[in-house]
Amino acid sequence: MHISEGVLSGPVLLGSGAATIIGTAIGLRKVNHERLMTVALLASAFFVASLIHIPLGPGSVHLLLTGLTGLILGWSAFPAILVALLLQALFFQYGGLLVLGTNTFNMAAPAVACGLILRPWLKRTKSSRTTATFLAGFCSIFFSALLTALSLRLSDTGLSQAAKILVLSHLPIMLIEGGITLFIVEFLLRVQPDILDFNSPANTNDLS
Amino acid sequence: MIDEPFAIGESPLHRRDPRVKIITAITLTVLVALTDSFVVAAGAGVLALLLVLVAGLPILPVLRHLLAVNVFTLFLWLTLPLTYGGETTHLHGLALSVSGIRLAALITLKSNTIALALTALLSTSTIASLGHGLEGIGIPPRLCFILLTTYRYLFVIHQEYQRLHRAAVMRGFVARTNLHTYKTLSHLFAMTLVKSWNRAQRVHQAMLLRGFTGKLFLLRQPLLIPADYLFLASCLAACGGLATLGLC
Repeated sequence: MHISEGVLSGPVLLGSGAATIIGTAIGLRKVNHERLMTVALLASAFFVASLIHIPLGPGSVHLLLTGLTGLILGWSAFPAILVALLLQALFFQYGGLLVLGTNTFNMAAPAVACGLILRPWLKRTKSSRTTATFLAGFCSIFFSALLTALSLRLSDTGLSQAAKILVLSHLPIMLIEGGITLFIVEFLLRVQPDILDFNSPANTNDLS
Repeated sequence: MIDEPFAIGESPLHRRDPRVKIITAITLTVLVALTDSFVVAAGAGVLALLLVLVAGLPILPVLRHLLAVNVFTLFLWLTLPLTYGGETTHLHGLALSVSGIRLAALITLKSNTIALALTALLSTSTIASLGHGLEGIGIPPRLCFILLTTYRYLFVIHQEYQRLHRAAVMRGFVARTNLHTYKTLSHLFAMTLVKSWNRAQRVHQAMLLRGFTGKLFLLRQPLLIPADYLFLASCLAACGGLATLGLC
Protein backbone atom coordinates (compact mmCIF):
# COMPACT_ATOMS: atom_id res chain seq x y z
CA MET A 1 0.00 0.00 0.00
CA HIS A 2 2.93 2.33 0.56
CA ILE A 3 4.09 4.08 -2.57
CA SER A 4 7.85 4.49 -2.69
CA GLU A 5 9.42 7.87 -3.22
CA GLY A 6 10.24 8.69 -6.82
CA VAL A 7 7.18 7.08 -8.43
CA LEU A 8 4.58 9.84 -8.45
CA SER A 9 4.49 13.01 -10.52
CA GLY A 10 4.78 16.52 -9.11
CA PRO A 11 1.10 17.56 -9.34
CA VAL A 12 -0.08 14.37 -7.57
CA LEU A 13 2.49 14.83 -4.80
CA LEU A 14 1.58 18.49 -4.38
CA GLY A 15 -2.19 17.98 -4.46
CA SER A 16 -2.32 15.15 -1.97
CA GLY A 17 0.35 16.81 0.16
CA ALA A 18 -1.79 19.95 0.42
CA ALA A 19 -4.84 17.82 1.29
CA THR A 20 -2.85 16.09 4.03
CA ILE A 21 -1.75 19.43 5.49
CA ILE A 22 -5.38 20.60 5.61
CA GLY A 23 -6.61 17.31 7.10
CA THR A 24 -3.88 17.29 9.72
CA ALA A 25 -4.58 20.91 10.62
CA ILE A 26 -8.28 20.13 11.15
CA GLY A 27 -7.35 16.98 13.09
CA LEU A 28 -4.96 18.88 15.35
CA ARG A 29 -7.51 21.60 15.99
CA LYS A 30 -10.09 18.98 17.05
CA VAL A 31 -7.87 17.45 19.72
CA ASN A 32 -7.92 19.40 22.92
CA HIS A 33 -5.06 19.45 25.37
CA GLU A 34 -6.59 16.63 27.47
CA ARG A 35 -6.83 14.35 24.47
CA LEU A 36 -3.33 14.75 22.99
CA MET A 37 -1.90 11.91 25.04
CA THR A 38 -4.73 9.57 24.05
CA VAL A 39 -4.26 10.33 20.35
CA ALA A 40 -0.53 9.66 20.71
CA LEU A 41 -0.98 6.35 22.52
CA LEU A 42 -3.65 5.16 20.10
CA ALA A 43 -1.26 6.09 17.28
CA SER A 44 1.35 3.84 18.90
CA ALA A 45 -1.25 1.08 19.18
CA PHE A 46 -2.11 1.38 15.49
CA PHE A 47 1.57 1.29 14.64
CA VAL A 48 1.76 -1.95 16.62
CA ALA A 49 -1.24 -3.24 14.64
CA SER A 50 0.81 -2.93 11.47
CA LEU A 51 3.32 -5.35 13.00
CA ILE A 52 0.64 -8.01 13.61
CA HIS A 53 0.62 -10.65 10.93
CA ILE A 54 -2.64 -12.39 10.14
CA PRO A 55 -2.21 -15.81 8.54
CA LEU A 56 -3.85 -16.11 5.15
CA GLY A 57 -3.39 -19.43 3.39
CA PRO A 58 0.31 -20.05 2.85
CA GLY A 59 1.33 -16.44 3.53
CA SER A 60 0.24 -13.68 5.85
CA VAL A 61 -0.94 -10.09 5.66
CA HIS A 62 -0.39 -7.36 8.18
CA LEU A 63 -3.18 -5.36 9.76
CA LEU A 64 -3.84 -1.71 8.87
CA LEU A 65 -7.00 -0.97 10.89
CA THR A 66 -7.36 2.51 9.43
CA GLY A 67 -11.14 2.06 9.48
CA LEU A 68 -11.05 1.48 13.24
CA THR A 69 -8.73 4.47 13.66
CA GLY A 70 -11.28 6.62 11.87
CA LEU A 71 -14.19 5.21 13.91
CA ILE A 72 -12.44 5.99 17.20
CA LEU A 73 -10.55 9.21 16.44
CA GLY A 74 -12.61 10.91 13.71
CA TRP A 75 -10.64 13.82 12.26
CA SER A 76 -7.78 13.19 14.67
CA ALA A 77 -7.03 10.05 12.65
CA PHE A 78 -5.20 12.37 10.23
CA PRO A 79 -2.35 13.37 12.59
CA ALA A 80 -2.30 9.87 14.13
CA ILE A 81 -1.87 8.17 10.75
CA LEU A 82 0.65 10.81 9.61
CA VAL A 83 2.79 10.18 12.68
CA ALA A 84 2.52 6.39 12.37
CA LEU A 85 3.54 6.53 8.69
CA LEU A 86 6.43 8.92 9.43
CA LEU A 87 7.72 6.50 12.06
CA GLN A 88 7.37 3.62 9.60
CA ALA A 89 9.33 5.63 7.03
CA LEU A 90 12.06 6.29 9.59
CA PHE A 91 12.22 2.74 10.97
CA PHE A 92 11.62 0.62 7.90
CA GLN A 93 12.23 2.93 4.92
CA TYR A 94 8.62 2.50 3.75
CA GLY A 95 7.99 5.54 1.58
CA GLY A 96 9.88 8.81 1.86
CA LEU A 97 9.35 12.34 3.05
CA LEU A 98 7.59 13.87 0.06
CA VAL A 99 5.42 10.85 -0.71
CA LEU A 100 4.43 10.82 2.98
CA GLY A 101 1.77 13.41 2.12
CA THR A 102 0.27 11.17 -0.53
CA ASN A 103 0.48 8.01 1.57
CA THR A 104 -1.12 9.78 4.53
CA PHE A 105 -3.93 11.19 2.43
CA ASN A 106 -4.58 7.80 0.80
CA MET A 107 -4.85 6.08 4.17
CA ALA A 108 -6.35 8.79 6.37
CA ALA A 109 -8.99 10.34 4.11
CA PRO A 110 -10.98 7.08 3.75
CA ALA A 111 -10.48 6.39 7.45
CA VAL A 112 -11.90 9.78 8.46
CA ALA A 113 -14.76 9.52 5.94
CA CYS A 114 -15.71 6.02 7.14
CA GLY A 115 -15.46 7.12 10.74
CA LEU A 116 -17.64 10.18 10.31
CA ILE A 117 -20.28 8.50 8.14
CA LEU A 118 -20.53 5.15 9.91
CA ARG A 119 -20.14 6.11 13.55
CA PRO A 120 -23.77 7.19 14.11
CA TRP A 121 -24.79 3.65 13.10
CA LEU A 122 -22.98 2.17 16.10
CA LYS A 123 -25.69 3.53 18.40
CA ARG A 124 -28.62 1.90 16.57
CA THR A 125 -29.65 -1.77 16.42
CA LYS A 126 -27.17 -4.61 16.73
CA SER A 127 -27.43 -5.52 13.06
CA SER A 128 -26.80 -1.96 11.91
CA ARG A 129 -23.80 -1.86 14.23
CA THR A 130 -22.43 -5.09 12.79
CA THR A 131 -22.87 -3.83 9.24
CA ALA A 132 -21.35 -0.44 10.02
CA THR A 133 -18.22 -1.81 11.70
CA PHE A 134 -17.63 -4.38 8.97
CA LEU A 135 -18.09 -1.67 6.34
CA ALA A 136 -15.70 0.66 8.18
CA GLY A 137 -12.92 -1.93 7.93
CA PHE A 138 -13.81 -3.00 4.40
CA CYS A 139 -14.43 0.40 2.81
CA SER A 140 -11.45 2.16 4.37
CA ILE A 141 -9.10 -0.35 2.74
CA PHE A 142 -11.09 -0.39 -0.50
CA PHE A 143 -10.96 3.38 -0.89
CA SER A 144 -7.33 3.53 0.25
CA ALA A 145 -6.40 1.02 -2.44
CA LEU A 146 -8.49 2.98 -4.92
CA LEU A 147 -6.81 6.28 -4.01
CA THR A 148 -3.38 4.64 -4.19
CA ALA A 149 -4.27 3.28 -7.63
CA LEU A 150 -5.58 6.68 -8.66
CA SER A 151 -2.37 8.44 -7.57
CA LEU A 152 -0.36 5.98 -9.67
CA ARG A 153 -2.69 6.37 -12.62
CA LEU A 154 -2.72 10.18 -12.51
CA SER A 155 1.07 10.21 -12.37
CA ASP A 156 1.50 8.14 -15.50
CA THR A 157 -1.24 6.42 -17.50
CA GLY A 158 1.20 3.59 -18.19
CA LEU A 159 0.86 2.68 -14.53
CA SER A 160 -2.89 1.98 -14.78
CA GLN A 161 -2.49 -1.79 -15.19
CA ALA A 162 -0.21 -1.91 -12.16
CA ALA A 163 -2.84 0.16 -10.34
CA LYS A 164 -5.61 -2.33 -11.24
CA ILE A 165 -3.53 -5.25 -9.98
CA LEU A 166 -2.92 -3.32 -6.77
CA VAL A 167 -6.65 -2.87 -6.07
CA LEU A 168 -7.52 -6.50 -6.88
CA SER A 169 -4.71 -7.88 -4.73
CA HIS A 170 -6.15 -5.97 -1.77
CA LEU A 171 -9.58 -7.68 -1.96
CA PRO A 172 -8.79 -10.41 0.61
CA ILE A 173 -7.27 -7.76 2.89
CA MET A 174 -10.51 -5.75 2.72
CA LEU A 175 -12.53 -8.76 3.87
CA ILE A 176 -10.11 -9.56 6.68
CA GLU A 177 -10.00 -5.94 7.84
CA GLY A 178 -13.80 -5.81 7.86
CA GLY A 179 -14.04 -8.92 10.01
CA ILE A 180 -11.25 -7.93 12.38
CA THR A 181 -12.68 -4.42 12.84
CA LEU A 182 -16.03 -6.02 13.69
CA PHE A 183 -14.49 -8.35 16.32
CA ILE A 184 -12.47 -5.52 17.86
CA VAL A 185 -15.47 -3.17 18.15
CA GLU A 186 -17.60 -5.91 19.72
CA PHE A 187 -14.81 -6.55 22.23
CA LEU A 188 -14.39 -2.84 23.02
CA LEU A 189 -18.14 -2.40 23.55
CA ARG A 190 -18.05 -5.16 26.17
CA VAL A 191 -14.78 -4.17 27.88
CA GLN A 192 -14.29 -0.39 27.54
CA PRO A 193 -17.12 1.22 25.63
CA ASP A 194 -15.93 4.78 26.33
CA ILE A 195 -13.12 4.32 23.76
CA LEU A 196 -15.78 4.46 21.07
CA ASP A 197 -17.10 7.70 22.56
CA PHE A 198 -13.72 9.34 22.14
CA ASN A 199 -15.04 12.56 20.66
CA SER A 200 -18.05 13.14 22.85
CA PRO A 201 -17.52 16.13 25.17
CA ALA A 202 -18.87 14.26 28.19
CA ASN A 203 -16.00 11.84 27.96
CA THR A 204 -13.13 13.90 29.28
CA ASN A 205 -12.52 12.28 32.63
CA ASP A 206 -9.37 14.23 33.35
CA LEU A 207 -8.43 16.17 36.41
CA SER A 208 -8.11 19.68 35.05
CA MET B 1 12.27 -5.36 14.98
CA ILE B 2 11.75 -1.69 15.77
CA ASP B 3 15.16 -0.19 16.35
CA GLU B 4 17.46 2.61 15.24
CA PRO B 5 20.66 0.77 14.32
CA PHE B 6 22.43 3.81 12.87
CA ALA B 7 21.44 6.47 15.39
CA ILE B 8 24.49 6.27 17.63
CA GLY B 9 27.88 7.17 16.17
CA GLU B 10 30.70 9.66 16.04
CA SER B 11 30.84 10.46 12.30
CA PRO B 12 30.62 14.06 11.05
CA LEU B 13 27.04 13.33 9.98
CA HIS B 14 26.04 12.04 13.40
CA ARG B 15 27.27 15.28 14.92
CA ARG B 16 25.25 17.58 12.63
CA ASP B 17 22.21 19.29 14.07
CA PRO B 18 18.98 17.42 13.24
CA ARG B 19 17.40 20.62 11.84
CA VAL B 20 20.17 20.93 9.25
CA LYS B 21 19.83 17.28 8.30
CA ILE B 22 16.04 17.49 7.99
CA ILE B 23 16.26 20.52 5.66
CA THR B 24 18.89 18.77 3.53
CA ALA B 25 16.82 15.58 3.43
CA ILE B 26 13.70 17.46 2.31
CA THR B 27 15.58 19.40 -0.39
CA LEU B 28 17.24 16.29 -1.77
CA THR B 29 13.96 14.32 -1.68
CA VAL B 30 12.07 17.05 -3.55
CA LEU B 31 14.82 17.32 -6.16
CA VAL B 32 15.02 13.59 -6.86
CA ALA B 33 11.29 12.87 -6.59
CA LEU B 34 10.40 15.49 -9.18
CA THR B 35 13.13 14.85 -11.76
CA ASP B 36 12.64 12.92 -14.98
CA SER B 37 16.29 12.85 -15.87
CA PHE B 38 18.60 9.89 -15.34
CA VAL B 39 21.55 12.28 -15.06
CA VAL B 40 20.09 14.22 -12.13
CA ALA B 41 18.94 11.03 -10.40
CA ALA B 42 22.36 9.42 -10.87
CA GLY B 43 24.15 12.57 -9.64
CA ALA B 44 21.94 12.62 -6.54
CA GLY B 45 22.65 8.90 -6.15
CA VAL B 46 26.38 9.64 -6.02
CA LEU B 47 25.72 12.38 -3.46
CA ALA B 48 23.63 9.96 -1.37
CA LEU B 49 26.36 7.29 -1.51
CA LEU B 50 28.87 9.92 -0.45
CA LEU B 51 26.68 10.82 2.54
CA VAL B 52 26.42 7.14 3.53
CA LEU B 53 30.24 6.86 3.33
CA VAL B 54 30.73 10.00 5.43
CA ALA B 55 28.29 8.65 7.98
CA GLY B 56 30.38 5.45 8.11
CA LEU B 57 27.33 3.18 8.16
CA PRO B 58 27.80 -0.60 8.04
CA ILE B 59 27.11 -1.91 4.52
CA LEU B 60 24.97 -4.98 5.23
CA PRO B 61 22.30 -3.33 7.41
CA VAL B 62 22.02 -0.48 4.91
CA LEU B 63 21.43 -2.98 2.11
CA ARG B 64 18.80 -4.70 4.25
CA HIS B 65 17.07 -1.32 4.63
CA LEU B 66 17.09 -0.90 0.86
CA LEU B 67 15.37 -4.26 0.47
CA ALA B 68 12.13 -2.83 1.86
CA VAL B 69 12.15 -0.09 -0.78
CA ASN B 70 12.70 -2.56 -3.56
CA VAL B 71 9.63 -4.67 -2.78
CA PHE B 72 7.61 -1.93 -4.47
CA THR B 73 10.06 -1.45 -7.34
CA LEU B 74 10.04 -5.22 -7.88
CA PHE B 75 6.27 -5.00 -8.25
CA LEU B 76 6.80 -2.29 -10.90
CA TRP B 77 9.45 -4.37 -12.70
CA LEU B 78 7.00 -7.29 -12.82
CA THR B 79 4.12 -5.22 -14.21
CA LEU B 80 5.45 -2.20 -16.15
CA PRO B 81 7.44 -3.92 -18.94
CA LEU B 82 4.43 -6.11 -19.73
CA THR B 83 1.68 -3.51 -19.47
CA TYR B 84 3.16 -0.10 -20.32
CA GLY B 85 2.64 -0.34 -24.09
CA GLY B 86 4.36 1.73 -26.75
CA GLU B 87 7.43 0.50 -28.56
CA THR B 88 8.29 -3.09 -27.66
CA THR B 89 11.34 -5.27 -27.73
CA HIS B 90 11.16 -9.07 -27.85
CA LEU B 91 12.90 -11.31 -25.41
CA HIS B 92 12.28 -15.07 -25.38
CA GLY B 93 8.95 -14.47 -27.06
CA LEU B 94 7.80 -11.88 -24.51
CA ALA B 95 6.92 -8.43 -25.84
CA LEU B 96 8.51 -6.00 -23.37
CA SER B 97 7.74 -2.30 -23.51
CA VAL B 98 10.90 -0.19 -23.86
CA SER B 99 9.43 2.85 -22.13
CA GLY B 100 8.07 0.58 -19.40
CA ILE B 101 11.57 -0.72 -18.72
CA ARG B 102 12.93 2.83 -18.82
CA LEU B 103 10.33 4.05 -16.31
CA ALA B 104 10.92 1.09 -13.98
CA ALA B 105 14.67 1.71 -14.10
CA LEU B 106 14.26 5.42 -13.41
CA ILE B 107 11.91 4.78 -10.48
CA THR B 108 14.29 2.18 -9.04
CA LEU B 109 17.18 4.62 -9.24
CA LYS B 110 15.15 7.44 -7.68
CA SER B 111 13.68 5.33 -4.86
CA ASN B 112 17.04 3.88 -3.87
CA THR B 113 18.75 7.25 -4.03
CA ILE B 114 16.17 8.80 -1.70
CA ALA B 115 16.25 5.83 0.67
CA LEU B 116 20.05 6.02 0.88
CA ALA B 117 19.98 9.77 1.47
CA LEU B 118 17.33 9.44 4.20
CA THR B 119 19.29 6.64 5.87
CA ALA B 120 22.45 8.75 5.90
CA LEU B 121 20.73 11.97 6.97
CA LEU B 122 17.84 10.97 9.23
CA SER B 123 18.74 7.54 10.61
CA THR B 124 21.92 9.07 12.05
CA SER B 125 19.82 11.03 14.54
CA THR B 126 17.64 9.54 17.23
CA ILE B 127 13.93 9.92 16.57
CA ALA B 128 13.66 11.94 19.77
CA SER B 129 16.09 14.55 18.46
CA LEU B 130 14.38 14.51 15.04
CA GLY B 131 11.08 15.25 16.78
CA HIS B 132 12.56 18.32 18.47
CA GLY B 133 14.33 19.21 15.22
CA LEU B 134 11.01 19.19 13.37
CA GLU B 135 9.61 21.58 15.94
CA GLY B 136 12.68 23.73 15.38
CA ILE B 137 11.92 24.11 11.68
CA GLY B 138 8.33 25.16 12.21
CA ILE B 139 6.22 21.98 12.36
CA PRO B 140 3.27 22.57 14.77
CA PRO B 141 4.26 21.73 18.36
CA ARG B 142 1.16 19.55 18.86
CA LEU B 143 2.12 17.35 15.94
CA CYS B 144 5.67 17.05 17.27
CA PHE B 145 4.27 16.21 20.70
CA ILE B 146 2.16 13.41 19.20
CA LEU B 147 5.21 12.17 17.27
CA LEU B 148 7.46 12.14 20.32
CA THR B 149 4.87 10.52 22.59
CA THR B 150 3.87 7.94 19.99
CA TYR B 151 7.53 7.05 19.63
CA ARG B 152 8.03 6.95 23.39
CA TYR B 153 5.17 4.51 23.98
CA LEU B 154 5.57 2.42 20.83
CA PHE B 155 7.89 -0.02 22.54
CA VAL B 156 5.78 -0.20 25.70
CA ILE B 157 2.63 -0.98 23.75
CA HIS B 158 4.39 -3.42 21.46
CA GLN B 159 5.66 -5.27 24.51
CA GLU B 160 2.15 -5.30 25.96
CA TYR B 161 0.82 -6.90 22.80
CA GLN B 162 3.66 -9.41 22.80
CA ARG B 163 2.92 -10.30 26.43
CA LEU B 164 -0.73 -11.00 25.60
CA HIS B 165 0.33 -12.97 22.54
CA ARG B 166 2.83 -15.04 24.53
CA ALA B 167 0.16 -15.81 27.10
CA ALA B 168 -2.15 -17.02 24.33
CA VAL B 169 0.59 -19.18 22.80
CA MET B 170 1.33 -20.74 26.19
CA ARG B 171 -2.33 -21.72 26.37
CA GLY B 172 -1.96 -23.59 23.09
CA PHE B 173 -2.92 -20.90 20.56
CA VAL B 174 -1.62 -21.62 17.05
CA ALA B 175 -2.27 -19.07 14.30
CA ARG B 176 -3.95 -20.64 11.26
CA THR B 177 -6.23 -19.42 8.52
CA ASN B 178 -9.51 -19.79 10.42
CA LEU B 179 -12.13 -17.77 12.24
CA HIS B 180 -10.81 -18.73 15.67
CA THR B 181 -7.39 -17.24 14.85
CA TYR B 182 -8.90 -14.04 13.49
CA LYS B 183 -11.10 -13.67 16.56
CA THR B 184 -8.25 -14.34 18.97
CA LEU B 185 -5.86 -11.90 17.30
CA SER B 186 -8.62 -9.27 17.20
CA HIS B 187 -9.26 -9.69 20.90
CA LEU B 188 -5.53 -9.53 21.69
CA PHE B 189 -5.25 -6.26 19.80
CA ALA B 190 -8.48 -4.88 21.28
CA MET B 191 -7.08 -5.61 24.75
CA THR B 192 -3.91 -3.75 23.72
CA LEU B 193 -6.09 -0.78 22.74
CA VAL B 194 -7.83 -0.87 26.12
CA LYS B 195 -4.47 -0.92 27.89
CA SER B 196 -3.17 1.98 25.75
CA TRP B 197 -6.32 3.95 26.46
CA ASN B 198 -5.99 3.53 30.21
CA ARG B 199 -2.26 4.13 30.14
CA ALA B 200 -2.88 7.41 28.28
CA GLN B 201 -5.17 8.57 31.11
CA ARG B 202 -2.60 7.69 33.75
CA VAL B 203 0.32 9.29 31.90
CA HIS B 204 -1.71 12.43 31.25
CA GLN B 205 -2.65 12.68 34.93
CA ALA B 206 0.94 12.11 35.99
CA MET B 207 2.14 14.82 33.62
CA LEU B 208 -0.51 17.26 34.86
CA LEU B 209 0.78 16.68 38.38
CA ARG B 210 4.23 17.70 37.14
CA GLY B 211 2.88 20.91 35.67
CA PHE B 212 2.46 19.88 32.04
CA THR B 213 0.83 22.62 29.97
CA GLY B 214 1.12 21.11 26.50
CA LYS B 215 4.71 22.06 25.79
CA LEU B 216 7.82 19.92 26.10
CA PHE B 217 11.00 21.74 27.05
CA LEU B 218 14.47 20.76 25.99
CA LEU B 219 17.03 20.69 28.78
CA ARG B 220 19.79 21.58 26.35
CA GLN B 221 18.75 23.82 23.47
CA PRO B 222 21.31 22.98 20.78
CA LEU B 223 22.88 25.87 18.89
CA LEU B 224 23.89 25.65 15.27
CA ILE B 225 27.69 25.67 14.95
CA PRO B 226 29.68 26.82 11.87
CA ALA B 227 30.13 23.20 10.75
CA ASP B 228 26.33 22.87 10.56
CA TYR B 229 26.04 25.95 8.35
CA LEU B 230 28.92 24.73 6.18
CA PHE B 231 27.29 21.32 5.77
CA LEU B 232 23.90 22.84 4.94
CA ALA B 233 25.43 25.28 2.45
CA SER B 234 27.44 22.64 0.62
CA CYS B 235 24.50 20.20 0.44
CA LEU B 236 22.14 22.89 -0.82
CA ALA B 237 24.77 24.00 -3.36
CA ALA B 238 25.10 20.41 -4.59
CA CYS B 239 21.31 20.15 -4.89
CA GLY B 240 21.19 23.49 -6.72
CA GLY B 241 23.90 22.30 -9.12
CA LEU B 242 21.97 19.12 -9.86
CA ALA B 243 18.75 21.09 -10.36
CA THR B 244 20.37 23.42 -12.94
CA LEU B 245 21.86 20.33 -14.62
CA GLY B 246 18.34 19.01 -14.98
CA LEU B 247 17.03 22.28 -16.42
CA CYS B 248 19.60 22.66 -19.19
